[in-house]
Amino acid sequence: MSDLIKLSAAALGEKIAAGEVSAEEVTRAHLDRIAEVDGRVHAFLHVDDEGAVQAARAVDAQRAAGDKLGPLAGVPIAIKDVIATKGIPSTAASKILEGWRPPYDATVMTRIRDAGMVMLGKTNMDEFAMGSSTEYSAYGPTFNPWDLTRIPGGSGGGSAASLAAYEAPLAIGTDTGGSIRQPGAVTGTVGAKPTYGGTSRYGLIAFSSSLDTPGPCARTVLDAALLHQVIAGHDPRDSTSIPLPVPDVVAAARQGASGDLTGVRVGLVKEFSGEGAEPGVMAVFRDTVEALTKLGAEVVEVSCPHFQYALPAYYLIAPSECSSNLARFDSVRFGLRVGDDGRNSLEEVMSLTREAGFGEEVKRRIILGTFALSSGYYDAYYGQAQKVRTLITRDFTAAFEKVDVLVSPTTPFTAFELGARTADPYQMYLADLYTIPTNLYGGPGISVPAGLSDGLPVGLQVMAPTMADDRMYRIAAAVESTVGTFAPPAL
Amino acid sequence: MAAISREEVAHLARLSRLAVTDQELDRLAGQLDVILQSVARVGEVAADDIPPTSHSVPLVNVLREDVVVPGLTRAEALSGAPDTAEDRFRVPQILADEE
Repeated sequence: MSDLIKLSAAALGEKIAAGEVSAEEVTRAHLDRIAEVDGRVHAFLHVDDEGAVQAARAVDAQRAAGDKLGPLAGVPIAIKDVIATKGIPSTAASKILEGWRPPYDATVMTRIRDAGMVMLGKTNMDEFAMGSSTEYSAYGPTFNPWDLTRIPGGSGGGSAASLAAYEAPLAIGTDTGGSIRQPGAVTGTVGAKPTYGGTSRYGLIAFSSSLDTPGPCARTVLDAALLHQVIAGHDPRDSTSIPLPVPDVVAAARQGASGDLTGVRVGLVKEFSGEGAEPGVMAVFRDTVEALTKLGAEVVEVSCPHFQYALPAYYLIAPSECSSNLARFDSVRFGLRVGDDGRNSLEEVMSLTREAGFGEEVKRRIILGTFALSSGYYDAYYGQAQKVRTLITRDFTAAFEKVDVLVSPTTPFTAFELGARTADPYQMYLADLYTIPTNLYGGPGISVPAGLSDGLPVGLQVMAPTMADDRMYRIAAAVESTVGTFAPPAL
Repeated sequence: MAAISREEVAHLARLSRLAVTDQELDRLAGQLDVILQSVARVGEVAADDIPPTSHSVPLVNVLREDVVVPGLTRAEALSGAPDTAEDRFRVPQILADEE
């Protein structure tokens, strides 16, 4: 095992720029690690050995030619399979897109390539990003590097596990209800959901368009900030992209690392003070809040009375949008086609294709969304959920008049065992209890490792106002500076 | 009382173009009932005079300059299709043959 795989992305970028190590050596070290451990972890659905080595050589050639390299040039990255990557399989972990090679790159992918970063491959996830454990992947689950009998979180379990297993120093995730932050929490890694509209959705295979947000996954807060800086910013190809400058998240992460939070007001959400959470998670949370106080932060309790309705509202809004978005999988323009025998009609072929191509959780959500949008039920379900969304937004706005950031545990429980929650879908949904409010509001949220409970990682979530992403990085970096980082036992 | 019946789930599956099996229908109906009973809690909130939020970004009518920009070629656009004919997407028969 090469020592290179244990380095941070920031350190790798510096070494490559200084010529201490070549981008090709760094890439090969990570490809070797994937070959060594991914048979047990299954973080990747597709590894692009050849493309990665080529991209790394291009960076080495640039350096040899005297070009100045950016901070992440030559640094490898793993990409969640829901992101379109030109010429490389992009399935969103669904059978309906098996073998599909997009004819274009997502905007985040274009920016990653432009920064000279090296894509290692595509990571496993719950099908179409619907799930909290990666068990709903059509290609088999990912296993948590901390304990291979446990889930790595979801939907971005592959991206988070690839970091914890040292298969990649950075990864891209997408967060609709917690799919970056919850896997970060249960694998002891950092996961940041930027402000909605702060990162482009162009080329992200849509699940719930008003909530989906691509963002960075990393092992350190600074690494996450560096990747955030690469992928964020206005994109004319996404009509919900915010035309404002990106907050200086890298400077904020460096400032936070000094460990001084004097004058920062931190709010504890009264409604998230422990109901339904494991005692070990709450113990780590309380210790972390105390640590924030020692760093100079002023901690106060704030009430967000409508947060208790966030989970139900989300499970109406997200399935409604999904039922509409997934209508594009019609067996005509891309993906699977089943039953085209010359006798079945187009409609029959569509129904047979979708039945064969979608997994159980996806079907559940399509039907649930179709129900919530149907005439007669629309007002009581989807319409009411949208009103609750307004009230949750107002809770955030009122809270941020009193405090700079809000904190909570990222998820109520540590990594559970595979199979523990698949029999009862609603039990699975509870994993996102604390992460969902932020998605409905649209602000940024980050999960940073805070400690261990029975040997398993626990994350602290920091939530900030819309377009104040820098604030959450500052607090997260301060937490990291005082509690440190956490490495799983050797695989 | 159940929030949703097996017959309703079957109807919704047809609307969603999902050819679900009978066994699937049995399982889905029970699960969806549990989920719906839980999410129906949104109805507890008094919100008659509250405007709905469909989106957190208050941008409307986002347009670009009306100029030609490069797009996918025909071959690229057809590259992922399950079947093509004469440079088009080929689909199964839509209308029945005339008797």
